[in-house]
Amino acid sequence: MPWTKIYGNKADFEKAGGAGAGLRGLTYREALHEAASQLLESDQNVFVMGEGVDDGGGVFGSTLNLHKRFGSDRVMDTPLAENALTGIAIGAAASGMRPILVHMRIDFMPLTMDQIINHAAKWSYMFGGAVSVPLTIRSIIGRGWGSAAQHSQSLQSLFANIPGLKVVMPSTPYDAKGLLRASVYDGNPVMFIEHRWLYEHMGHVPIEPYTVPIGKSITRRNGKDVTIAAVSQMVFEAMQAAELLAADGIDCEVIDLRTIRPLDSDAVIESVTKTGALIVADTGWASCGIGAELAARLVERAHGALKAPLKRINFADCPTPASPALEKAYYPDRHTIAAAVRETFELKRSNG
Amino acid sequence: MTSVATIDTDLSTETLIALLTSMLRIRMFEERIVALYPEQEMKCPVHLCIGQEAIASGVCANLEVKDYVFSNHRGHGHAIAKGADFRPLMAEFYGKKTGCSAGKGGSMHIIDLPRGVFGTSAIVGGGIPMGVGAALASSLKRDGRVTIIFFGDGASEEGVFYESFNFAALKKLPVVFVCENNLYATNSPQTARHSTCRIADSAAVFGSHGACIDGNDAVSVYWSAKKAVEKARAGQGPSLIEALTYRWKGHVGPEADHEKGLRPKDELFEWIKRCPIEGFKKQLLDTGLLNEERIADITTSIKVEIDDAIEFAKMSQYPSPEDLLKNVYFTPDGGI
Repeated sequence: MPWTKIYGNKADFEKAGGAGAGLRGLTYREALHEAASQLLESDQNVFVMGEGVDDGGGVFGSTLNLHKRFGSDRVMDTPLAENALTGIAIGAAASGMRPILVHMRIDFMPLTMDQIINHAAKWSYMFGGAVSVPLTIRSIIGRGWGSAAQHSQSLQSLFANIPGLKVVMPSTPYDAKGLLRASVYDGNPVMFIEHRWLYEHMGHVPIEPYTVPIGKSITRRNGKDVTIAAVSQMVFEAMQAAELLAADGIDCEVIDLRTIRPLDSDAVIESVTKTGALIVADTGWASCGIGAELAARLVERAHGALKAPLKRINFADCPTPASPALEKAYYPDRHTIAAAVRETFELKRSNG
Repeated sequence: MTSVATIDTDLSTETLIALLTSMLRIRMFEERIVALYPEQEMKCPVHLCIGQEAIASGVCANLEVKDYVFSNHRGHGHAIAKGADFRPLMAEFYGKKTGCSAGKGGSMHIIDLPRGVFGTSAIVGGGIPMGVGAALASSLKRDGRVTIIFFGDGASEEGVFYESFNFAALKKLPVVFVCENNLYATNSPQTARHSTCRIADSAAVFGSHGACIDGNDAVSVYWSAKKAVEKARAGQGPSLIEALTYRWKGHVGPEADHEKGLRPKDELFEWIKRCPIEGFKKQLLDTGLLNEERIADITTSIKVEIDDAIEFAKMSQYPSPEDLLKNVYFTPDGGI
């Protein structure tokens, strides 16, 4: 399918054939914008709230000028009161609205943890299923340019630990649009986590509204030698790594997890049963993270499948530093992934 | 502050009797919990509001069925005053499948959606923004509902209270903040926690109406809440009512705090003299609006209702282990 392809920028998209034949290209930010716009247009219960959603930046362009079209009641700037605003969104959701709450940085979400963990995640269970909380919380992971420790975290694993929450991390424009709609209509609180480095990525996006199922991964590249399971911006890095490795004759299978909770471990286990090797490339820290969870499930259900040790690609185990020299050592990229795959591939081969 | 309720001739006899009945329903319901708790069949913590009944009853007497109430861990009285049935409440305390929360919530997490009781949070202050959110939904949908948020003096210390009040005032939302100031957060007195003991004054910072009233005087609560509810419904924004009162029982459980040496015994006895029910009842009798026979009829009927709820709760089935994983995520059919 054309929209399963990944292009890092407009030039690559055009080089690969671009639009045409009934296909249209959109950037990730445009896809988010279109999804929100179509939701606001078709459903009076949908509204967008967050700090700066109506300003000149429009959350990196993803909500730009929506307030002009839909009014400031439905695209609402908010006070800097993250915890209360989250509770307000939960209360509105429980009363029949479908709010999309936006945080410019995921780093602001620790201020909201009481409302997310103690309230949003519990309101259905604690009252025996009487209440639905159809709340979507968008947040954005930053990276680089000295953003440092409080503007570049990747906190998805905190949320993935909590029953009652869903956590999605779209990596393409197509998924961004489809998962946003799926989140708004899921009926549960969904943490919708974006990555700032994806905003200029381009891909084929249908103009009509559609959903991408929450909880389903997608195989971005078929291969027989090593499985790379990745999320968000690391999917792109993994695809680039796979191209580098193909030149060396190593054939990678790349699985884009797309959702962290519920985690589509079935697809990963099935792939590892075929390849015998697994690399997990996450945008966050390793401890108790996505790689740890996938490793545990793999060992629980197919402990003999691995023919070489599993490897995890993560941030270094420290807060994000500011200096470019330290950032370089902190962030993994396609070369980190490629090196891990090569090592794993060699071990697998030597293990016969 | 008056030591006993004053009968207000502007109130109809019907409303006065309804206030007394509502307070008696709460009092008798909770006294039955006190009596039954030692059986240890109610296997959940209970936070009783005996002594504070006038606030829930006086506020909720101004509400319509469609209006919302958000409450906290000490929420039985709020739900009862809003009209919740005894059966599902009691069954919930007994952990039964027929409970209002299907045995998933216990006494701290009760709900009655058809009567607008929107759930109770046991995180201090946690329900406040959710109530404001419900009011935001009402404002966006223009459905004419008013939301009441009950919380304690402890919750007034939480940042989320100020964050929420600011937003409600900014957007002129149809919500009334009712702070039940019972002077203690668990065992810590208000004077040990507040630089000034003037919670109601907070409203002025946000340009809103605040009032500090005698929370043991149902009529005073009624009029104060009436003004606030009317303002809210007319689109004039939130109000903050600080109702001074006293909790007769401990923070949790059926015993009184002086039995554990946590508070002075005399303090409790002074407040018992200002019982929200006894003084009010006496005045209704003295003015001839009620007679002993009518009061006996009311209490008998409440007792029958409580007996029925206890029997229902005790006879009901526990949830089954298959219910454990249900409702983690909402599905229209209540499945996994």
